[in-house]
Amino acid sequence: MSTMSEALLKIEDLSIDYPIAIGTVHAVRGISLEVEAGQTLGVVGESGSGKSTMGLAILRLVRAPGKISEGRVLFEGKDLASLPEEEMRKVRGKDIAMVFQNPLTSLNPLMRIDQHFYEVLKTHKPEIKKAEARQLIVKILEDLGIESRRMGVYPHQLSGGMRQRIMIGLGLVLHPKLVICDEPTTALDVIVEAGFIDLLKRLQKEFSLTIVVITHNLGLVAELADRIAVMYAGQVVENATASEIFHKPLHPYTQGLIACVPNIDLDQQTLTTMEGSPPGLVNPPAGCAFAPRCPHVMGRCRIQEPELIEHRPGHKAACWKITHGELNHHE
Amino acid sequence: MNDAPLLEVKDLVKEFAVRKNPFDKALAGTDLKVHAVDGVSFSLKKGEVLGLAGESGSGKSTVGRLTLRLMDPTAGRVDFEGTDLTTLSEEALRRLRPRMQMVFQDPLSSLSPRMSIGAAIRHGLDVHHVGDRHERNDVVRSLMDDVGLTPADFLFQKYPHQISGGQAQRVVIARALALNPDFVVADEPIAMADVSVRALIMELLKKLKDKRDLTYLFITHDLATAKYLCDRVAVMYLGRIVEIGPKDEVFRHPHHPYTKALLNAVPVPDPGRRRTHELPRGEIPSAVFPPSGCHFHPRCPFAMPACQEARPPLKNVGSGHQSACILE
Repeated sequence: MSTMSEALLKIEDLSIDYPIAIGTVHAVRGISLEVEAGQTLGVVGESGSGKSTMGLAILRLVRAPGKISEGRVLFEGKDLASLPEEEMRKVRGKDIAMVFQNPLTSLNPLMRIDQHFYEVLKTHKPEIKKAEARQLIVKILEDLGIESRRMGVYPHQLSGGMRQRIMIGLGLVLHPKLVICDEPTTALDVIVEAGFIDLLKRLQKEFSLTIVVITHNLGLVAELADRIAVMYAGQVVENATASEIFHKPLHPYTQGLIACVPNIDLDQQTLTTMEGSPPGLVNPPAGCAFAPRCPHVMGRCRIQEPELIEHRPGHKAACWKITHGELNHHE
Repeated sequence: MNDAPLLEVKDLVKEFAVRKNPFDKALAGTDLKVHAVDGVSFSLKKGEVLGLAGESGSGKSTVGRLTLRLMDPTAGRVDFEGTDLTTLSEEALRRLRPRMQMVFQDPLSSLSPRMSIGAAIRHGLDVHHVGDRHERNDVVRSLMDDVGLTPADFLFQKYPHQISGGQAQRVVIARALALNPDFVVADEPIAMADVSVRALIMELLKKLKDKRDLTYLFITHDLATAKYLCDRVAVMYLGRIVEIGPKDEVFRHPHHPYTKALLNAVPVPDPGRRRTHELPRGEIPSAVFPPSGCHFHPRCPFAMPACQEARPPLKNVGSGHQSACILE
C-alpha cells in the first residue's frame, strides 16, 4: 500500500568503488537517502565528496572500472542496482532524467535542436509519428519559454541559458517522474541562473516532478530544496529540511560550510574558514572523516566512526559531539 | 590613504576585430568589431579595493588586462601614479611591472607544470635580479609563510600537480607579491575553488592587503563576494560601467535598473528568503551590435524612447555614487 509520503527514490547503504593502480577509491561509502514524490532533495558537497558519483549511480551510469559495490537504489520499490541492463535503459530518460552541468558538451553540435528531441522520442517510443513528435516538441519548447521556430537551429546558435533550458526540456519530454540535476547552473550567469531556478520551480508544479539537485552552490539549494543532504568524503554527514540545515545546522562541517559563504544580505566582517582538506579515499582514516579539520574534535572521533542518526525530528547528523539535539561544545 | 589616485583610467576603449564571412560584412557595410570595453573611466586610491562586477561578456576582464597593459587599448589612457601606461615604451613598462601584478582565475593553468612552486614564486625575483640566489630563496620562504604554504621547506620543491587547487592559488598569490607590488589585479581568483577554499583565499587576500598596504582591482561575477571584499564596486554591462560607488551605497541603494536586476537575481543562502525573481526580459545582446543609446534599454522595465537615442552619462546620485541612467 502506498501513502502520500512514500519515498519515490530510496537509496540504501550505497557504496561505489573505483579500483585504481594504488588501491581502491571508496568514492561513496554507505550512504542512505530518501526522496518523497514531488519533493526536491539538495545534495551538497565540495569536489570529491562523492555527490556526482552518487547521482550517476542512481541511473547506473558510473563509468567502469567504477562500480556499485554494495547497496540498493530503490525507485518505486524496484532495485535499479540489480536491474538487467535492458530494463535499465527503459528507466533512463523515461522514468528518470538527468540534466548535466555543461549543456554545450551534452548537446551534439551537428544536430539541430529538434533532432535532439526526435532522437529521445524515437528511442523510447519507436512507433511515434513525426507529426505527433513535432507537436510534443512545440509544446515543450513553449513550456520552456523558447519560440518554437528556434527548433531548427544548432546548439552553437543558442545562448548558454537557452541551451540549459533545452537540456531540461530533453529531460522532460518523456514526462519522467524524477529529474537529477548535476550542477545545473554552474555554467550560467546570475540573471540566467535565477531564471533557470524560477523555470525549474514552475516545471516541478506543472509536471509534478521529483527533483534531486546535486551542487556545491549553497545559494542554489537554499532557493530550491525541501530537504538537504550534506556530503563529506563519500558519506552523508547531515540530512534535514533546508531551513534546519541553514538555520540550525548540527554537524561541524555543515556549520563551517554555511559560515564560510558570503551572504549579500548580511554585513559580514569575517568569514569562518576551515583549514585543511578532505582525506584521501583510498585509505580513509578510521573514525570520523572530518575529525582532522574539526574544531570540536575529541578522542573518540579519531577512533570510532559516528553513525548518521536522528537528533531532532527529521534531522539526522553523524557526529559524536551532538547530544540532546545540540552540538555540545564541551568535552 | 592619500588623495592622489594610484590608478586612473580614462575613457578606455577596446575593440576586437571579428573575422566573419564576407557576406555578413557586406550586410553590415563595415568591418565587424566586438565592442568589449566602451568608454570606461574610474580611479583607485592607494589602499583601496575596487570590485569590478558583471556577467560574462561585460568586459570586466578586458578592463583588468588593459589596466596592466597586458593588451593595448583602442583609445583612452591608464595613469599609474600619473604616468600614462598606454604610451610607455616596452623598457619603461618593464621597469614598472614589479609594482603591478595579476592573479588569474585558474591557478593550475597559470603555473608551469615543469617548475617547482618555489622556483615559480622566485621567478620574478630572478628576472629582475633581486639580491643573490640565497636571499631570493629567503624571500620565497617568507612569502610562503605569509600565504599559508607551510611547511615552506617541504613544499618548496613540490610541483603544481602535487599540491591542491587551494594551495596552487596561494602559490599564484605569493608569486604576484614577490616583487612587492603596490597594485594587484585579481581576476576571479576564487571562481574555480571549492566553497571552503574560497573563504580561505578571501581571508588571505584581506590579510595581505592590510599587511602589505596593497591596492586591488577585484574582478568578479559574484556580487556577494564583491560586497564582502571591496570598498567600492563598479557594475559593468556590455562594456560600460553603469553604476559605481561605495559598496554600502551600491548594495543598499542601487540606482541603475541593471544593478537592481542583478542584485535581485543573486541567490541568497537562506531558505527563509525565497522569492520569485523579477528578471529583465531577454538576454544580453551581442557586443558586435550593441543597442543604441543606453545598452540596457531593450531589457529595461523603465525604458523610454529617449533611452534609445543617447548614451546616458554617469550622474552623481550620492556621495561618490554614480549611475548612468536617464531617469536620474
